[in-house]
Amino acid sequence: MTLGTFIIVSVIKIVIALFVLLTGVAYTVWLERKLVGRIQNRWGPTRVGPFGLLQPLADGAKFLFKEDITPPHVYKPLYIAAPMIAMIFAVTSMAVIPIGDWVTVAGVHTPLQITDVNIGLLIILGITSIGVYGIALAGWASNSKYSLLGGLRATAQMISYEVALGLSLVGVLILSGTFSLRGIVDAQAGTWWGWLPKWNFFQGQFVAFFVYLMAAFAETNRVPFDLPEAETELVAGYHTEYSAMKFAMFFMAEYANMFTVACLASLLFLGGWHGPLFGPTWLQEILPVFWFALRVFAFIFLYIWIRGTLPRFRYDQLMKFGWKVLLPLAVANLVITGLVVALRA
Amino acid sequence: MPQNYVPIFLFMGVAFAIPAVTLVLFKLVRPENPHKTKLMPYECGITPLDDARGRYTVRFYIVAILFVVFDVETIFLLPWAVRFRWLGKFGLLEMGIFLGILIVGYIWIWKKGALEWV
Repeated sequence: MTLGTFIIVSVIKIVIALFVLLTGVAYTVWLERKLVGRIQNRWGPTRVGPFGLLQPLADGAKFLFKEDITPPHVYKPLYIAAPMIAMIFAVTSMAVIPIGDWVTVAGVHTPLQITDVNIGLLIILGITSIGVYGIALAGWASNSKYSLLGGLRATAQMISYEVALGLSLVGVLILSGTFSLRGIVDAQAGTWWGWLPKWNFFQGQFVAFFVYLMAAFAETNRVPFDLPEAETELVAGYHTEYSAMKFAMFFMAEYANMFTVACLASLLFLGGWHGPLFGPTWLQEILPVFWFALRVFAFIFLYIWIRGTLPRFRYDQLMKFGWKVLLPLAVANLVITGLVVALRA
Repeated sequence: MPQNYVPIFLFMGVAFAIPAVTLVLFKLVRPENPHKTKLMPYECGITPLDDARGRYTVRFYIVAILFVVFDVETIFLLPWAVRFRWLGKFGLLEMGIFLGILIVGYIWIWKKGALEWV
């Protein structure tokens, strides 16, 4: 493939990926309102379109046309930069996530991924870590007490759980021996005895999976770890002073992060796009994407389900849980995985 | 291949353009009615007495320091894990010593109460 074709193919993939991601984000908000509504015995959105399906569009239009207040007490450069940082890096982490196998469209053989780099996992970890800056700076630049408290809490929480999150991935890396997300998924192909899939989850990484899942909930500031926002005590936390489009950016960043985390969990622990293939050739090319989307949807559903079920942690419980439970569990998992793999070799 | 990294920056550019363009472009149609009370820092209706950026608890700094220690450890573990099979028993022993020192440090900060949040 020449460099020109490569760039054109990349741009096409970027546009499609962004469209799918932003639509997905908008409809996850709809799904969340609908499901939480049903869990709490309410209807959720019903007025705009059938089943309220046009609600995300109405919300989007409202975000664009509402007054964008920039209070005089804020530090303006960082106040404007913070939501941009949060959103740009939340979205960019999608760049290295593969959603399926290689396909051939119009004579071009290309992976279903914006770009296939051999350090994909490291890039995602790096990019999502930058997202913390958006929240910390928003809290500080707003110069409001609620924002500052929310920003501080968010920063401390995210860096605490990032340690457990990083350590929970070490076991997977020992098993697969590569940073490439595509390589990690390829290492999980096949089954034992014809029915049990060789997912990392079944290869003994179930402790790592649950540590990852809990750390991921904390990283994305979702219930039960939503202390940075904590409506009942901090109003809205770090985005109290934001309105209109800037507020929407934090919102989109949060949901885009949910998608990244869900994709990563599917790729690292649940076998990515592997699943039963059947039917004609065109169906066999599409099915992997469907299996992958199904896993991601299951995670998004779990996120919303837990939001509708669990109460919020107290802050000291949150820190204690991260440092005294998840961190030792992750280290124990990595030591045991290392020993087992070394003894087997 | 180094050109594989180009799409990441392209993506970042597009991801930057979308919010930047909407922020600038929709300035033309957005209403702009500043008002003294509307622009006050939000404190549930009470007029703020002082600046928000006061002093806050030292525990946030302790957490930040612990994060640096353990995150560097994680960064050190990741490449080791990828080359694990290739390094063999030697790699296992080396990392055992490294982790041993870290776990002693972890027990020490636990006993010191650095992980308490009261």
